[in-house]
Amino acid sequence: MPASRRGLIIQAGLLAAVVLCSWWLWSNAQANMAARGLQFGFAFLDRSAGIPIGEHLIPYAPADTYRRALTVGLLNTLRVAIVGIALCTVFGILLGLARLSSNPLLRGLVGGYIEVIRNTPLVLQLVFWHAVLLQLPSVRQALNPLPGVFLSQRGMKIPGLMADTALLVFLLATLIGAIGWWLLLRRERARQIATGDRRATLLPGLLMLFGFPALGMAFGFVPIVEWPELAGFNFEGGLALSPEFFALLIGLVVYTSAFIAEIVRSGIQSVHKGQWEAARALGLPPGRIMRLVILPQALRVIIPPLTSQYLNLTKNSSLAIVIGYPDLVSVANTSINQTGQAIEVISIFMAVYLIISLITSALMNWYNAKVALLKER
Amino acid sequence: MSAAISTQAPPRGPSFAERVQAFIKACFAGPLNTLITLACIAVLYFAVPPFWSWAVTNATWNGNAQACRAAGGACWAFVREKFWFSIFGLYPFEERWRPATMIVILVAMVLLSTIRRFWGRWLLLGWAIAAPAMWVLMQGGVFGLPFVQTRQWGGLSITGIIAVYGVALGYPLAILLALGRRSELKLVRWFSTAIIECVRGVPLISLLFMAAIMLPLFMPQGITIDRLMRVLVAYTLFTAAYMAEVVRGGLQAMPRGQYEAADAIGLSFWQKMRLIILPQALTITIPSQVNTFIGLFKDTTLVVVIGVFDFFTTLRAALGDPNWLGFPTEAYLFAAFVYFVLCFTMSRYSQSLEKSLRPETR
Repeated sequence: MPASRRGLIIQAGLLAAVVLCSWWLWSNAQANMAARGLQFGFAFLDRSAGIPIGEHLIPYAPADTYRRALTVGLLNTLRVAIVGIALCTVFGILLGLARLSSNPLLRGLVGGYIEVIRNTPLVLQLVFWHAVLLQLPSVRQALNPLPGVFLSQRGMKIPGLMADTALLVFLLATLIGAIGWWLLLRRERARQIATGDRRATLLPGLLMLFGFPALGMAFGFVPIVEWPELAGFNFEGGLALSPEFFALLIGLVVYTSAFIAEIVRSGIQSVHKGQWEAARALGLPPGRIMRLVILPQALRVIIPPLTSQYLNLTKNSSLAIVIGYPDLVSVANTSINQTGQAIEVISIFMAVYLIISLITSALMNWYNAKVALLKER
Repeated sequence: MSAAISTQAPPRGPSFAERVQAFIKACFAGPLNTLITLACIAVLYFAVPPFWSWAVTNATWNGNAQACRAAGGACWAFVREKFWFSIFGLYPFEERWRPATMIVILVAMVLLSTIRRFWGRWLLLGWAIAAPAMWVLMQGGVFGLPFVQTRQWGGLSITGIIAVYGVALGYPLAILLALGRRSELKLVRWFSTAIIECVRGVPLISLLFMAAIMLPLFMPQGITIDRLMRVLVAYTLFTAAYMAEVVRGGLQAMPRGQYEAADAIGLSFWQKMRLIILPQALTITIPSQVNTFIGLFKDTTLVVVIGVFDFFTTLRAALGDPNWLGFPTEAYLFAAFVYFVLCFTMSRYSQSLEKSLRPETR
């Protein structure tokens, strides 16, 4: 068929163009790197980086390798992204529900707030929050809004838990309690479907969730809380959130939650009015109407755009460089300036973002498929 | 009977007083609503009066930094002082009429493009002339205009240039990518999908870094690319990938019958796309295109990472003026206000379009 032959020619042409183009770019790159005395390769990763990084989740010293420095940067990115995603989901849902409130004053205020946040650039907001945090009082005059929480120019200090066996036991016991609750819920649901008999699960569930850790504490595995204390010119003990991390987190959460609020609002509004009326006619109380009738249907509309907001937050965390939080891109940028291995470093962080994107969308697609299946039942 | 109906006045909406009454009634319907209303009023009470006294009552509109500090309120005199700087950046003073004219052309073209009556090939032709004209006007070197390096461009004018060129160059590319992603040819489809997903999967910052640092490495030796050009390469690619997904949505929304009818009357692939499919697919997606553009427009601020002085970065640079130290809040509020007005207008426009376009698609 002539049409298929034409298709073959087009594809062959495209392939040839791509190959030729890549070859041309590659030979240029090699010539340029040779002229600068550089060699393509990832050997530089094992050289000492000499990059000072103030915030690290794993032990790090400037004498460590580039590999280590980039890993520290990646962990910093993941840290702000994961905390940010959790917080912006909560605030986004709250704002979205407030937007649907029957109170016109609340509705209007929240609507205005969302419009302002959505229609100004994130870079501007980040720089603004950073400037605000730097205007906080010095360490010695730190604000102390809650016991154990200190706000100053150096960021926020909150009580932390000492990482030891007791903490491990405590966390494991909590996890076992949560799993026990979940198993109980599953069994009771199966029972209810089989016999139509409903039994309260809240009390035994809570008992398991708090009972297991309490049992552990009774056996002497009590996690130790470290309270921050002013010692000399700085705080000691507890968890420290630097002003950069804090500004980035606030900026990302405020920005993204405004978008999530609109997604939640339109998702809930997309459920037909008849569903509310039918649920009320059945005599369901408002909370259960929301949980059993409205949310399962709204979630199908909400999940796909929510996924892209999570991805946006993760990608936007790269704006950390503007306010000096040492995330992956920021560490990578310093590495490029020091080694000149631009192609390698940029490929590394682009690959990392691509992998994060793919994993997040795979997870959300899986969840989306689950929600869609529930609808079929 | 019918006469009686026709003499009736057209139904009126509730009057202002009635609406206020309904508002107040809704605010205090039930104990929970009353509580929420009181909480809102408390928030307003603690936020608005202090802000008002800072921004208006104690503000300084004229004068210098000393006067501002003495008054203790907002220093709008600083914004006045730096206003033209934030629009033109370091562009040579006596040539400032050129970016000013460019902005006038840009605003005129945008306003023309918002009127549906003008949508068509003449408008496209207009943009095809206006966009290069804007660049020539800014750069000079011909028609007796002194040459101005792109390094000296800055402020709102460069923000406009980046946004316009990103769309003007990215849009055709976006259509090609969208068509490629829906192509029946496997290789074309894979290639387009790979480009779209790779660009959308990474932050714009990394593309900007790639263009700024990697692009020179990939060019033959001796060829240097202007920094603004590098920004435009990255930004165009970014625009193209995001717009391509919007266009693809439009292509998918077209009923099969449209494709089949075009095939039945014997149109070639490009005739079918140009005459039948794309005009409809592009029109129904205009609201989402505008929304995507709002996001892209806000992202022009990211050029700060490779040292291009756009509107916001120029304002930030103005903060370093030793005569005017210590007024960042005013500068940020002003920048936020400008971006808000532009983006909010666009989003309202997109909403009104969505309403007016809907009946046609049914």
